[in-house]
Amino acid sequence: MAALVVAEHDNAAVKPATLNAIAAAKEIAGPEVDILVAGKDCRAVAEAAAQIAGVRKVLLADDGAYDHGLAENVAPLVIKLSENYSHLLAPATTSGKNLMPRVAALLDVMQISDISAVVSPDTFVRPIYAGNAMATVQTADKIKVVTIRPTNFKAGAGGGSAAIEQIGGEGAKGLAAYVGAELSKSERPELTSAKIVVSGGRGLASGENFKILEKLADTLGAGLGASRAAVDAGYVPNDYQVGQTGKVVAPDLYIAIGISGAIQHLAGMKDSKTIVAINKDEEAPIFQVADYGIVGDLFQIVPELTAAVEKK
Amino acid sequence: MKALVAVKRVIDYNVKIRVKADKTGVETANVKMSMNPFDEIAVEEALRLREAGIVSEIIAVSLGVAQCQETIRTALAMGADRGVLVQTDAELQPLAVAKLLKAVVLQENPEIVIIGKQAIDDDCNQTGQMLSALLGWPQATFASKLKISDRHAEVTREVDGGLETVSIRLPAVVTTDLRLNEPRYASLPNIMKAKKKPIATTTPEALGVDVTPRLTILKVEEPPKRQGGHKVGSVAELVDKLKTEARVI
Repeated sequence: MAALVVAEHDNAAVKPATLNAIAAAKEIAGPEVDILVAGKDCRAVAEAAAQIAGVRKVLLADDGAYDHGLAENVAPLVIKLSENYSHLLAPATTSGKNLMPRVAALLDVMQISDISAVVSPDTFVRPIYAGNAMATVQTADKIKVVTIRPTNFKAGAGGGSAAIEQIGGEGAKGLAAYVGAELSKSERPELTSAKIVVSGGRGLASGENFKILEKLADTLGAGLGASRAAVDAGYVPNDYQVGQTGKVVAPDLYIAIGISGAIQHLAGMKDSKTIVAINKDEEAPIFQVADYGIVGDLFQIVPELTAAVEKK
Repeated sequence: MKALVAVKRVIDYNVKIRVKADKTGVETANVKMSMNPFDEIAVEEALRLREAGIVSEIIAVSLGVAQCQETIRTALAMGADRGVLVQTDAELQPLAVAKLLKAVVLQENPEIVIIGKQAIDDDCNQTGQMLSALLGWPQATFASKLKISDRHAEVTREVDGGLETVSIRLPAVVTTDLRLNEPRYASLPNIMKAKKKPIATTTPEALGVDVTPRLTILKVEEPPKRQGGHKVGSVAELVDKLKTEARVI
């Protein structure tokens, strides 16, 4: 048994969710965990990956075809490597979700999506219905293609020294081309790995009003998130969305502000250690999952909270 | 050009689901069923492409039990031209769905397949990617903007870091994200008209596809319940609790 984890990276650094996927891979395959770094001019990523504890080998495919991780080009590479592995894994991030089903279909196997626990090498737990039910599923396929819910697997430490093996690419398939990206720039911690997350909903009433959340977030050193309603209303960009079909977060502290708490939102944050809810509607469902709720006007409470945290 | 949209019948997104006592699944008897919301967005996008003169015909496909016909009718009422039902009582997993859709695509020859990025029941997020893989087509997942010109689609995708734009050659598969559009409601005259639109019915056997599930569901359980519901009276009390009780700040 051996597992190959497809690393997520930007050709410069390993994305943190990769570490969570490696943790899951170790639960499955023990010491036989290899990492694939496919990209362009991405040797630095491979060198960083080699230092992750418990990694046996880093496979480095440095080729223009892999520059932006297009699934059409990367999938054939993963398939070529698959004969050496019992498990192919990736974090259930947008890039893992984009790539791995393509790999699975070409291998004629079912993917097991977004697992939250490993029961045995062929049996996994995964949330369904926005996390309102947990399914334990067993696969009969020879090669197991699995995506990992990052918040459910604790990232390991560094200190490893795996070998880096350069491998040849499969070239570009000419089906798709990268045009460009508009990535959110922020000095704040990344939402899915932040220890504290401050999230805003429709109650903020405008994008301008998110400034008061920014201030609280910066005082706490928190990441900034939002409900679908706030994203749909255009208050904040799509990558802020926490929920069933957005990002899943599980910080130590999640502060939901002006968020009513639809089940689709709860799906993305209910595994947080401590949840605080601030909402003027005392009947809002968010209070049912909150460890500490305050009923009242967020425009009063949030600045007050910011000031109180600053003082301490 | 033809567009094909796939529409899945799922438990309505407003329903609070219940796990069956015998842990075999969730209760679906006497529960309101609707079209998967992401597939509504797919239908809407196809309609807009037709209104823009790019698409000439929209075929709505659903797979599953006989009642999936209602889901196809909903798509027809929104404006799709005709339907295809792949009828079976078997459990269909995404790989099987992708194979069935491939068989329908090979019969219908659409230039574009638009489909929801994920179904809100199994939350798999696989079918579109699998379909494009099986067809050897490009894929543009999680689309929030779609522009078609000169046998290519330029698609803006919602990714973890923000937005990314790719250009894909047609034919291709596009999967929809929330911000692509806001689906229309079917008007009463259109609901009436939809009753007369044709729906062809076929089966996995007729399409020559083995739909045997690859995953066995061993059990379905309720997630652990959170003990929430505590209220605090003031910001000072909140900060104190976060510091001394929860120890998170």
